[in-house]
Amino acid sequence: MNFDPNWLWYIPLLPFAGFVLNGTLGRKLPRAAVAAIALLFTAAPAFIVAKLWMAMLGANAPLTLSVTGGPWIAVTGFQVNFAFAVDHLTLIMLGVITGVGFLIHVYATGYMAEEEGYWRFFAYLNLFMFFMLVLVLSSSFLLLFVGWEGVGLASYLLIGFYFKRDSAANAGKKAFIVNRIGDFGFLLAMFLLIQHFGSLSFDSVFSQIGAIPHGMTGGFLTTIALLLVVGATGKSAQIPLYVWLPDAMEGPTPVSALIHAATMVTAGVYMVARCHTLFDRSPFALGVVAIIGAATAIFAATIGMVQHDIKRVLAYSTVSQLGYMFLGCGVAAYSAGIFHLMTHAFFKALLFLAAGSVIHALSGEQDMRVMGGLRKRIPITFWTMSVGVFAIAGIPGLSGFFSKDEILYRTFTSTVNPGLGKLLWAVGLITAGLTSFYMFRLWFKTFFGEPRFDEHALSRGHGAHDDDHGAAVHARSDTKLTAVLEPEHDSGQAAHPHGVHESPWVMWVPLALLAILAAIGGYVGVPHGLWGHNEIEHFLDPVFATAGQPEAVLNAAPVSYGLERGLAAVSVLVALLGLFAAWFLYVKKPGEATKIARSVQPLYNLLDHKYWVDEIYGVVVTFVLIVARFLFGGLIDTVIVQGTGLGLSGGTRGMGEIVRRMQSGNIRSYAGWLALGAAAVIAVVLFGLHPFHR
Amino acid sequence: MNLNASILTLILLAPLVGAVVLALIPEREGSKTHHIGALIVALVTFGLTLHLPYHYSYSAAPGSFQFEQNLPWIASPAIRYHLGVDGLSMWLTVLTGFLAPIGVLASWKTVASRSKLFFTLFLMQQVAMLGIFLSLDLFLYYGFWELSLVPLTLLIATFGRTENRRRAAIKFFLYAFIPSAILLVGMLWLYVRTGTFDFVTLQAMATAHSISPNGHALWLCSLAFLVAFAVKAPIFPLHGWLSDAVQEAPTAAVMVLAGKLGLYSILRFSFGIFPDQSRHIAPLLIALGAIGIVYGSLIALVQTDLKKLAAFSLLGHVSFIVLGIFTFTVIGLDGGTFQILNESLIGAAFFILLGLLYERYGTYEARDYGGLAARHPWMVTMFVITALAAVGLPMLSGFVGEFLILSGAMQSVAAHHVLWTVVGTTGVIFSAAYMLTMIQRIFYGKIGVRPAEVNGWDLSAREQIMLWAFSALFLAMGVHSPTWMRAIDTYGTLTADKPAHFEPGSFKHLESETYSSLPMHPAEEAHR
Repeated sequence: MNFDPNWLWYIPLLPFAGFVLNGTLGRKLPRAAVAAIALLFTAAPAFIVAKLWMAMLGANAPLTLSVTGGPWIAVTGFQVNFAFAVDHLTLIMLGVITGVGFLIHVYATGYMAEEEGYWRFFAYLNLFMFFMLVLVLSSSFLLLFVGWEGVGLASYLLIGFYFKRDSAANAGKKAFIVNRIGDFGFLLAMFLLIQHFGSLSFDSVFSQIGAIPHGMTGGFLTTIALLLVVGATGKSAQIPLYVWLPDAMEGPTPVSALIHAATMVTAGVYMVARCHTLFDRSPFALGVVAIIGAATAIFAATIGMVQHDIKRVLAYSTVSQLGYMFLGCGVAAYSAGIFHLMTHAFFKALLFLAAGSVIHALSGEQDMRVMGGLRKRIPITFWTMSVGVFAIAGIPGLSGFFSKDEILYRTFTSTVNPGLGKLLWAVGLITAGLTSFYMFRLWFKTFFGEPRFDEHALSRGHGAHDDDHGAAVHARSDTKLTAVLEPEHDSGQAAHPHGVHESPWVMWVPLALLAILAAIGGYVGVPHGLWGHNEIEHFLDPVFATAGQPEAVLNAAPVSYGLERGLAAVSVLVALLGLFAAWFLYVKKPGEATKIARSVQPLYNLLDHKYWVDEIYGVVVTFVLIVARFLFGGLIDTVIVQGTGLGLSGGTRGMGEIVRRMQSGNIRSYAGWLALGAAAVIAVVLFGLHPFHR
Repeated sequence: MNLNASILTLILLAPLVGAVVLALIPEREGSKTHHIGALIVALVTFGLTLHLPYHYSYSAAPGSFQFEQNLPWIASPAIRYHLGVDGLSMWLTVLTGFLAPIGVLASWKTVASRSKLFFTLFLMQQVAMLGIFLSLDLFLYYGFWELSLVPLTLLIATFGRTENRRRAAIKFFLYAFIPSAILLVGMLWLYVRTGTFDFVTLQAMATAHSISPNGHALWLCSLAFLVAFAVKAPIFPLHGWLSDAVQEAPTAAVMVLAGKLGLYSILRFSFGIFPDQSRHIAPLLIALGAIGIVYGSLIALVQTDLKKLAAFSLLGHVSFIVLGIFTFTVIGLDGGTFQILNESLIGAAFFILLGLLYERYGTYEARDYGGLAARHPWMVTMFVITALAAVGLPMLSGFVGEFLILSGAMQSVAAHHVLWTVVGTTGVIFSAAYMLTMIQRIFYGKIGVRPAEVNGWDLSAREQIMLWAFSALFLAMGVHSPTWMRAIDTYGTLTADKPAHFEPGSFKHLESETYSSLPMHPAEEAHR
């Protein structure tokens, strides 16, 4: 089957058209029209992608499509064109983005039905699709960076969707700035690439790397790879730049599902996999990727164990799962990383949407401490979410089991950094147990036991709720149970008072479809050891086996089915252990969890405060602001720079006066200045000046 | 009649005649006569400048000037009326033409009384700026350079916002005037050595190293030029005048206060007449550029006065350009020159938006704002677009310039260039931080103190026109940069060190291949 490469342009441009239409006219259109535009311009690219899939599957030989437009930047000696290319890796990403993206759009038409700014929401959502598709279609670093920054913009706009709430506006800004720190690394990597290769197109750079004799590794390639990793940690929320993602839950839930779970945050993983030729040449950089991944996985999982906000549990779980993908890439098992990216997109989108359905049912409540017993009340949500929970927990037969296990197995047998593999495997295994525990904790607390919410308050509705509700004390840090519901997050969810209720069909149909995908999505990658054929790895072979040292060579350890089966059995045991622990603590003996928490109070506090990382970063930011205000703005600019100006305009007196007073020669006055300076520093630390909190 | 031979004179004459005519029309209270007159003159000038890109010949020899007019003016000393444009000055001329009607529109409501004085000065300022970009005779250039000081000083002193206006005007004037006096000394010394004020002749002599055998004197002369331009730009730490002037100047004046004149003059005269000296001092300027980026952005981050914030943001953006052009790489020079255009446009749009806020709420104190997004949906859209262009979001104009500048810095051979590239690149973080903080303070959260008292309105048609023009340009220049870069590149390739410097190393053999296998640049194609 033939596919005209020029169609590739339309894949991102159609959502862009949707953005322009809804962005300019949407305010005046009825909601149905806005939804129709948004859905149409998301469905159309999905159809093109489907056609593309058929063409690629129908082709006899591995196929790469590419299309080149006009120049974007052209100076003598350096040129970047608008150019797209599709290979098998892109194809998987395109499928996930357009497929899951479309389902989430459908869901959102129901979820956001009663929101103010409906048109704005869908305009931004389409804008996101545009940039995300550019990101995966681009055939050069710079065009990838366009999508990279663009999805950050869409994320900023959507996290801050409820802009009247300070917490939402802060979270959006934080996300953008933290991502910019990552982009700083990405930019430097590109400058080095231009310097060494004179080009930013993937083809040119990777073929030049491929032409280097195989013995050559490291050197500036390591520098470039590590700088790219900085970028990836920002976008994919890895240590040390993960801090924005939990806060990003301020956005509406469909946004959390689409951007902060299924697609955007996986861009870092995609980028590392895309640049595998570069990473293959630097075992050191690969080791860094693997360590960051494993560390993030376990770190976020431990925090996830003690969260009470249903979306925050899922947010930390996303950070943790992204860590797995990094781990996969870091042991040069790129196809395993991409496999997990795909299954994660299914089950995590499902979990977020189901959580949204729960929140919807409870008119805006997100605190699990006041949920419980919802199993019978919202059965569709319960059953679909159960599929997601079992999938992510690694229960055999569901998608998450296969992909996570593939990563663990490949980590165990990795030969890239000898010795590291076994250690990281152990970390990954413990994380699997923790994952199973906190996900079943969420499941039991939400759906089982006695209802802990105030039915009466729900059916009364929250008419009194107003724009102010962001000021309501957030459940994330308080330690006592709030018996009365405080509607908090998605403001529109509190606007329709009709008791606990199942979601409308536009919401549960996407849930059901995603549940099916989350259940069976793993069967494309059943490993040989478990009597499968690992189709996805072979499908991706043309990408990961082309240049440099192909994945297969890096992972040339002798295949042992026995080992693979043994490791799988261990993972299953660990997952069941997590399930059992959660059941014991939250169903069998509900009071036990609190007792345990009390017995290890310092540890619990550490987790509850998320290792104080936000606070530590806050101190760093405050320090920068003090330098900016008092050293740069105060001393240098006012005294030196402006002072020179004062001298010029004959106003030396003013400055002399200040200096004279400071240089009085009086010890006590010097001490006074010192104390004043110290007091200023302390005051600033205590009372803010913090850009994230105004 | 061939317009090409006289177009540059027409471009200068249009605002000059306009200014004289406006000065002769009597002023009546509440009438918009002078507004309309100035708008017509500005539009005519803009139309005339558009002639240049349409008839610019890309096949002309690189480095040659086009639309030239070269007439003797005074026999002794030999001063000629010599005008011309090349790839460097062409788009700057068009930019100046474009900003003129925008400036008039921006002053439409704010200038209610003494409109005659205001618009006469405004048009004289246009003449001076266009003259600076078009002159190829040092003496002629100096005349326009000095002329550019007067209207701005008077505009600040007369139409300033606060009581502080006179002080700010004097400061601005002294800051600009004292270095200009030294610049004049430098020019006269050059004339004594060479017997000519003609830039083209001087440039040829500089290339042949025949200006003066006295390296020391030549070095001092180059500093006289550079310091005058650096104060005007301004380059850190010579920006002492900027903050006060920005705070006082009316919107139409603040749009043209900083940036392009000083930076253009560096590119034209410092680099043209003192190529060796400029390269010698480049490491210092690269360092100052990188420091200025961080310095300006960080101070902007802690400002709550919006005009002050804008002033330091301006310093940060100018510093980017300084960093780029002193790399003496093609990428850096092209990016820097391109960024002069962006910086002027983004700065202008930014100041206009702040002015619109001030018109409505009468304060530049950010803490008094808040929650305006719901009230002014269009204004917040324009603010966000401008902020995104300023922080260098790809597909908007700022990115192309910043990206080329920083990658040029990485390729430069100046001392510690890697360090300064890293320092400069942190600017992308800090600029995002202060821009987004500002937007949040004005537009998000709860309704602020001032908006609670006063009712503002969303954008009017006049304001929409101005801002959409900017947004369209941000997008066009961000997506299709070669349209502008093609001309700029002819200047960049000529001025940069040749061959382009790549890091020597194990990749030497590959690099040469890469170079030849790269797709040919359109400008290069045209040359062959």
